[in-house]
Amino acid sequence: MTVATDWQKSAYIGGQAADARVHVEIEAEGMTLNIGPQHPATHGTLRIVVRLDGEQVVWAEPVCGYMHRGYEKLTEVRTYPQITTLVNRIDWLSSFANEVPFILAAEKLMDVEAPPRAQWIRTVLFEMARIANITLFLGDMGVQLGALTPVFYAFRDRELVLNLIESATGGRFHPNYDRIGGLKEDLPKGWIAETKAVMGKMRGYCDEMEELLMGNEIFQTRTRGVGVIPSAIGLSHGLSGANIRASGIDWDIRRDEESPLAWKACDWRVWTHPDGDSFARYWVRLQETREATRIVDQLLDGLPSGSIMAKVPRIIKVPAGEAWVHTENPLGEMGYYIVSKGGLGPFRCKIRSASFSNVSVLPWVLRGTYVPDVITILASLYFILGDIDR
Amino acid sequence: MSSAADASTDQIGVGIVEALEKELAGALLGSEVSGSDVWVRVDRAAWRRAVACCRDGLGFNYFTFLSGIDWKADTDLAGEKLWDPNPPGRGDQAPGEGWGTGLAGGDSRFQVMARLQRVPGSVGVTLKADLDEGEPRVDSIVELFRGADWHERETWEMYGFVFDGHPGLRHIYLPTEFEGFPLRKDFPLLAREVKPWPGLVDVEPMPGEPEGGEGPDAEAGAES
Repeated sequence: MTVATDWQKSAYIGGQAADARVHVEIEAEGMTLNIGPQHPATHGTLRIVVRLDGEQVVWAEPVCGYMHRGYEKLTEVRTYPQITTLVNRIDWLSSFANEVPFILAAEKLMDVEAPPRAQWIRTVLFEMARIANITLFLGDMGVQLGALTPVFYAFRDRELVLNLIESATGGRFHPNYDRIGGLKEDLPKGWIAETKAVMGKMRGYCDEMEELLMGNEIFQTRTRGVGVIPSAIGLSHGLSGANIRASGIDWDIRRDEESPLAWKACDWRVWTHPDGDSFARYWVRLQETREATRIVDQLLDGLPSGSIMAKVPRIIKVPAGEAWVHTENPLGEMGYYIVSKGGLGPFRCKIRSASFSNVSVLPWVLRGTYVPDVITILASLYFILGDIDR
Repeated sequence: MSSAADASTDQIGVGIVEALEKELAGALLGSEVSGSDVWVRVDRAAWRRAVACCRDGLGFNYFTFLSGIDWKADTDLAGEKLWDPNPPGRGDQAPGEGWGTGLAGGDSRFQVMARLQRVPGSVGVTLKADLDEGEPRVDSIVELFRGADWHERETWEMYGFVFDGHPGLRHIYLPTEFEGFPLRKDFPLLAREVKPWPGLVDVEPMPGEPEGGEGPDAEAGAES
């Protein structure tokens, strides 16, 4: 067995082969296998070059960039209100959650605060975006392991949430609903009662997945002990969200940091799991979806009345300064570092997306695993290609 | 830092700056504290040492991101002029003058920045270092934070900063043959060169519609 011990060296050798993009060296011993760029397990176009010794992975190197759209450059030639349209398309399964930290960063620089009702509705839609996103993961994980049924339930029930997001915002996938100083519109009539009914159904969906998939013996055998990420390795790689909570780190930005959003107004808890394996990541996300439905329910019960828009100038100019705002997005920590020079658009906008850092742990975690487990680990880390490539 | 945990958030930030000042002595060039958020600018020779000090001495165990900033005024971007003719802090400036570098200051065109956080917790620090304009180089921090590997590759390809000691600076997003550093302000955004600014008023006529008062016949006549 030729498992490399020096992670840097192995990543470098892997990179040399990956760098050629087309040309991959074929040696007499072992085999180089391309997973992707078009592969169901990659949710888009991520290519992973793995070097095999028999069935075992000697090194693995993700090759990203097939979907790089250059958002950091584009933000420099757009105005603040226009950028929400761009950032919607970073993590496209929970678009609204991408808008919020950007708007909050701009508001922080402008010293504007949206009225309470707007903040509560933002939080509600943020959590619904989380539910819509993770619902798909909970079913999709089954498909990667060979169980086709759960994903149909996932699409069926996610549709309920997407319909509600559409009826409130006008956009099923890309709401573009958040504005500097508040929201585009108020909620439609009857929306609250309908949402609460759907939240009940989503809890039912979670129970269903728990019994159908998580309790399944084959599922447990395929995921327990597979792809273990120790917490120190995870933190060093910048792993965030459910991935790091599954490694036993009790950290959630919603709970731990001051935010104008309304998470602190309700009763919910952060779930962690000590194991750090693929099963733990699934388990944590399942609990998180349940908690998200509880947050939505509580917030809708106590929704304040009043305006949904603060007084902001018609043409938005953000004063010079720098601001960093991050939130706990479905995929992990997402943040924007905005540098403003007082213009209509940012001078520099660094987008810190969760998946980019989450996926960078792959060369480490895939080394020494077996080919079928590669797919399990990819699925359990859960990334969205737009979130890697921005 | 355990004693500071009970203190107000401002004091936590001040404590971090003081601890770094003690450790780095003259290499700490500027700082800014706002609530529990801290910005520190260090000499580029002390970049690695500053990160190591944050990680080992101050407990910043989580790597958030590493990136760069180009403070050159971006007058070359076509289209920019259309919606903001005289943005403050921009225009033709002599090098090194009025670049208006942000929090914690700066005196060069390029800056590298990295953000670290205490996890679990809410305290974060943004480290910055000025880089030489002609030859931007800085030490790699991959050995301290593994996540910096990809971020340094991205910063290298987008800004052209060289990270000494990085195990393999290769393209991560762009094709291997790509030339130039896209996030530098003097790199033209081609889409804007071709079509200046589509945002304000869409003046492009629909097919068959008259353009600016002239009918399709007039256009056809000009061609023939």
